[in-house]
Amino acid sequence: MAETVFAPWDDPTERPLIRFRNVTKRFGDFTAIDDLTLDIFEREFFALLGPSGCGKTTMMRMLAGFENPTDGAIELAGQDIAGVPANKRAVNMMFQSYALFPHLSVWDNIAFGLRRESKDKAAIAARVEEMLKLTRLEKFARRKPHQISGGQRQRVALARSLAKAPKLLLLDEPLGALDAKLREATQFELMDIQEKTGTTFVIVTHDQEEAMTVASRVAVMDEGRVMQVATPERIYEAPDSVYVADFIGDVNLLHGTATPSGNDTYAVTWAANEAPVQAASTRPLSSGQTCHLAIRPEKVAIHKDKPEADNAVQGKVLDIAYLGNLSTYHVELPTGDIIKAQVANTRRISRRDFTWEDPVWVSWTKTAGVLLAE
Amino acid sequence: MRRAILIAVPYAWLLALFLIPFAVVFKISLSDIALAIPPYTPTAKDGIWNMLSQLDFENFVFLTEDDLYWKAYISSLQIALISTVLTLLVGYPMAYAMARAPEQWRPTLLMLVILPFWTSFLIRVYAWVGILSGEGFLNQFLLWIGIIDAPLTILNTNTAVYIGIVYTYLPFMILPIYAALDRLDGSLIEAAEDLGCSRIKAFWLVTIPLSRNGIIAGCFLVFIPALGEFVIPSLLGGSGTLMIGKVLFEEFFSNRDWPVASAVAVILLLILIIPIVLFQRNEQKQVEDGK
Ligand SMILES: Nc1ncnc2c1ncn2[C@@H]1O[C@H](COP(=O)(O)OP(=O)(O)OP(=O)(O)O)[C@@H](O)[C@H]1O
Ligand SMILES: [Mg+2]
Repeated sequence: MAETVFAPWDDPTERPLIRFRNVTKRFGDFTAIDDLTLDIFEREFFALLGPSGCGKTTMMRMLAGFENPTDGAIELAGQDIAGVPANKRAVNMMFQSYALFPHLSVWDNIAFGLRRESKDKAAIAARVEEMLKLTRLEKFARRKPHQISGGQRQRVALARSLAKAPKLLLLDEPLGALDAKLREATQFELMDIQEKTGTTFVIVTHDQEEAMTVASRVAVMDEGRVMQVATPERIYEAPDSVYVADFIGDVNLLHGTATPSGNDTYAVTWAANEAPVQAASTRPLSSGQTCHLAIRPEKVAIHKDKPEADNAVQGKVLDIAYLGNLSTYHVELPTGDIIKAQVANTRRISRRDFTWEDPVWVSWTKTAGVLLAE
Repeated sequence: MRRAILIAVPYAWLLALFLIPFAVVFKISLSDIALAIPPYTPTAKDGIWNMLSQLDFENFVFLTEDDLYWKAYISSLQIALISTVLTLLVGYPMAYAMARAPEQWRPTLLMLVILPFWTSFLIRVYAWVGILSGEGFLNQFLLWIGIIDAPLTILNTNTAVYIGIVYTYLPFMILPIYAALDRLDGSLIEAAEDLGCSRIKAFWLVTIPLSRNGIIAGCFLVFIPALGEFVIPSLLGGSGTLMIGKVLFEEFFSNRDWPVASAVAVILLLILIIPIVLFQRNEQKQVEDGK
């Protein structure tokens, strides 16, 4: 039997676990969340991505029960949760500031939530030990929070929120202070926990790679609004706005006007002295509509001589950014635009083909880019 | 060199204002009463060796023989202890409310707590005589609203002493507790609630332990001066109010028995050293904890 893909958001019969319905949150006359409508499904690993101050923490705080929406309603498993106090919600939150109890040891911090619901000392101890092991904190169990490092504190906060195995877990930047290796390991642990327990995760992160790695879906936010909600691949490959395209990863943007030139294909006039570029788009555009063509640097090829390609433009190498496994060539076009082309470093650096000021051609296919209407 | 000077300053202060006066008082406590000026013998005029050879502990022995003294010590301890607890019970909610008040109100509230210090302590205690006496404001008010038929006797009882001490030392309780609560990170309470605590439980498990240092500091700041309190029991207390501060005063000024009075003072100081040392420990621990 073929394994079914986990995509409850595509299934109209599926009931979401969390439902934001036209939620607005204002602090005084400042609008932190602006008319937000969003569904999150059970067993999802939902990532919130967005610039600082866009309202990610505020969203989580409403879910945890520390803020009430000014307008609209939030439903958890079909129930409106307005007025349900935080301690009565099957939700645990890991705070961005960790909020560890300074008067309790690491061990007691982790046991804190367990003690509230169970009297069985042995069960609590077993669970705490399990959490300590998971977060590799066994050695620090007896220390107070001010006696451990920042990354260790973050792990204590994570362990504490995981300990109760809640139905919904809110993680506000859970891995920001960890080193790359530990972060990767913890990401996989989180995904593993999620597989095993079926907990729904909502995670805030500033690390796009992390969002891409762990998330079932990603929401990109800006100034209190959700710009796009989609799977990581779709967010990356098919952003539906310039904002999302620009926010996630690196992108080349060409501004121009589109003219239909065939089946789902448009010619984009982007500079007076240059030939129009060809781009495919499933979203229809009207003739003469101004638009942006967004192309990821790794989809742009770089050549010495004019290549046979749908689109090719000549320029000269302005800058080379060496990233270890990859190099990004910044190619300046005669119009002054800069196109970034990313190439895998399959050869030693001393033997690369292009260097500064070299005249080169950059090319990409019709389907490489995404056409975004203004 | 600069370090040495910096360290020397507090020690010089301690020497001049505590150790030397204490040595003088201690010496007097070992002397005998005399009808002279000063009213004790021997003095340094008799020559140092001569003086030292005449000193003895007979005044301390006397204190153990007359049960007035140890009863006064016990009663003072009891009054100081009960007043400290009462002050804590009144002060904590006030400090809590202040720490929870909107940011822009807090300086005003803090000001209001400190405001009584702007008038003389003596005048404020006298004002309580006017409030608590048989024809005082309190009785008149209670009679007027009809809660009581006959005036209550509050003045010249231990109750009046408790009221006086709580009133006088309340700011010393409020300020350290407020300081502790003000520093308390609100997200800790949220975290406790998130992990399943009710409001009250979160208060017990997080707020109280985290304001512990403030509570301890406040209690010592009230207990230590209350133990030797003299003005409040003599103005508000009655003949039944036995406090060591009052005994000390009478010994000095009514009996003019400086040596016994000094012995009483030395013992009082010894009793106080215990809480003072404990208080210092607490403060030091707080510094070491980096909070
Ligand atoms: N209690 C509050 N009163 C007033 N404004 C607030 C309050 N809480 C949050 N805000 C504002 O709401 C906006 C969103 O805040 P929020 O904490 O949700 O941001 P965020 O997306 O989590 O940012 P970051 O990535 O920096 O953590 C911010 O501009 C913030 O200043
Ligand atoms: Mg935040």
